[in-house]
Amino acid sequence: MIELVGLTKRYGSKVAVDDLTVTVPPGVVTGFLGPNGAGKSTTMRLILGLDHPTSGTARINGRQYSALGAPLREVGALLEARSLHAGRTARNHLRVLAATHGISTSRVDELLEFVGLTDVANKRVGAFSLGMGQRLGVAAALLGDPSVLLLDEPANGLDPEGMRWIRHLLSRLATEGRTVFVSSHVMSEMQQIAEHLVVIGRGQLIADCPVEEFVARGTGQKVRVRSPQLAELVARLRDEGCRVDEERNAVEVSGLTVEAIGELAARHQIVLHELTPVGASLEEAFMQVTSDSVEYHGVEQQA
Amino acid sequence: MTVVDRDVAVEEPASDHSGLTFARVLRAEWVRFRSLRSTWITLAVTVVFVIGLGALFTAARAAHWPPRDPGEALSFDPTRASLGGAFLAQLATGVLGVLLVTGEYSTGMIRATFTAVPRRLAVLTARVLVFAAVSLLVLVPTCIVAFVLGQHLLSPKHIQTDFSAPGVTRAVFGAALYLVAIGLLGVALGWLLRHTAGAIAVLVALLLIIEILVHLLPSPWPDRIAPYLPAEAGQALWTIKPDPHTLAPWTGFGVLMLYVATSLIAAALLLHRRDV
Repeated sequence: MIELVGLTKRYGSKVAVDDLTVTVPPGVVTGFLGPNGAGKSTTMRLILGLDHPTSGTARINGRQYSALGAPLREVGALLEARSLHAGRTARNHLRVLAATHGISTSRVDELLEFVGLTDVANKRVGAFSLGMGQRLGVAAALLGDPSVLLLDEPANGLDPEGMRWIRHLLSRLATEGRTVFVSSHVMSEMQQIAEHLVVIGRGQLIADCPVEEFVARGTGQKVRVRSPQLAELVARLRDEGCRVDEERNAVEVSGLTVEAIGELAARHQIVLHELTPVGASLEEAFMQVTSDSVEYHGVEQQA
Repeated sequence: MTVVDRDVAVEEPASDHSGLTFARVLRAEWVRFRSLRSTWITLAVTVVFVIGLGALFTAARAAHWPPRDPGEALSFDPTRASLGGAFLAQLATGVLGVLLVTGEYSTGMIRATFTAVPRRLAVLTARVLVFAAVSLLVLVPTCIVAFVLGQHLLSPKHIQTDFSAPGVTRAVFGAALYLVAIGLLGVALGWLLRHTAGAIAVLVALLLIIEILVHLLPSPWPDRIAPYLPAEAGQALWTIKPDPHTLAPWTGFGVLMLYVATSLIAAALLLHRRDV
């Protein structure tokens, strides 16, 4: 369990994380979503005690990170920025971390095998691809068999097979009752991985809800309509104040329910060939909900 | 590849034996130190400088003995001549000390380090101890070899000395202590500045450049200030025939250690307060 209460981080006049209050529960994969620069990585660093909050607290299993007696056994972290010394071998990298908690070398070898790096265990990590680096990072996060996992953009640099691997791993870890908090900017990926979402923009909380609820909240429902009398139907729909996006031989209508469109067509004796509700994607919902903060950033950078 | 068919993440009971202890942090620092090739290369360079240059200086001295200036013959210090490689080797140990810290900042390893051990002062302390112990173990024999080899090279001209002469043992061990102290200064500068180039620049300035500038001052200021500069103060420990202004051996080394301790304390305070 991760609890953030009023978590705030300022760098000079810039607010990176703004009064964030969130509880990340165990047993599900919680996605952490936000546009670039929204404060996701800063939040992760604050949770791990790498940065000190300006105000507010971040607690893991009820305690601040710095107060944990065995941090690697309670929290496993994979940060977005590389956290390896290029001159050390994969095996030695893990051994350095393992030694701080008296974790055995056999556990290190076990994890190297688990993430598929046994063959390159004695190669220096400077020569590793991004994907291999991520696998090593996952191994490091799992060293102490922690109950809480924090992963910042874990799919970065992974090939499709690696992505599938990470997805299965995370959902299995959550099923085992662990807290899994994972950030990503790739929305489609998040839709597949996460059950619950925490969305931030400009450091502020935008949403904290199940994925489906967030998707529904975003663009709302659209309805796809085909008709041989399309031009007439579009005119009637526009009279009702609907937004109509025209496609090749169909339209997408927002602002009316399926039932209301069907009744409208019947009233005007318009033949319908298709009347389908279309679910918005997480990506669309995300773009809509965070558009304010993204635009703001654009303006800020130009100024 | 096998994905999740193996039960790697088995629950282990968290016991009192599973957490952080200073002994484990110390052990981790030793694994960290020895698992980088660059560490051993830099240490090897230090050894080569001390022994090789010491041999070169003493061999050259013997070849041109006696000097034309009789005063020079009188002030010749065979111990110091054989340990003269330390002048260059101090840069190698200093750089090693810097790299042990800044190498972690430049690669991002520092984030993994402090995630595993959030008690930052324990990391700093353990790294200082491991560096001091390992470099002392390497450099004491190195300085003994440089001394013995140097005296052997001076012996054809009968200007050599040996361990029974007053101050010689202190000077030979002192040269090793001096090199370790400069390395610790590098460690402290690494923690303070967190950038390799910046920390090395400040180290070179402290050891060499400030001294040159002080000697440009009008008399009597150079003689009043220079003995208290870190390098000159520390070198008193391995000098047998000192200048009139040189500090007493252990006083001088104490002054150097004061610089080291002050910069380590400043580094510890900043490390505790700063974001990683």
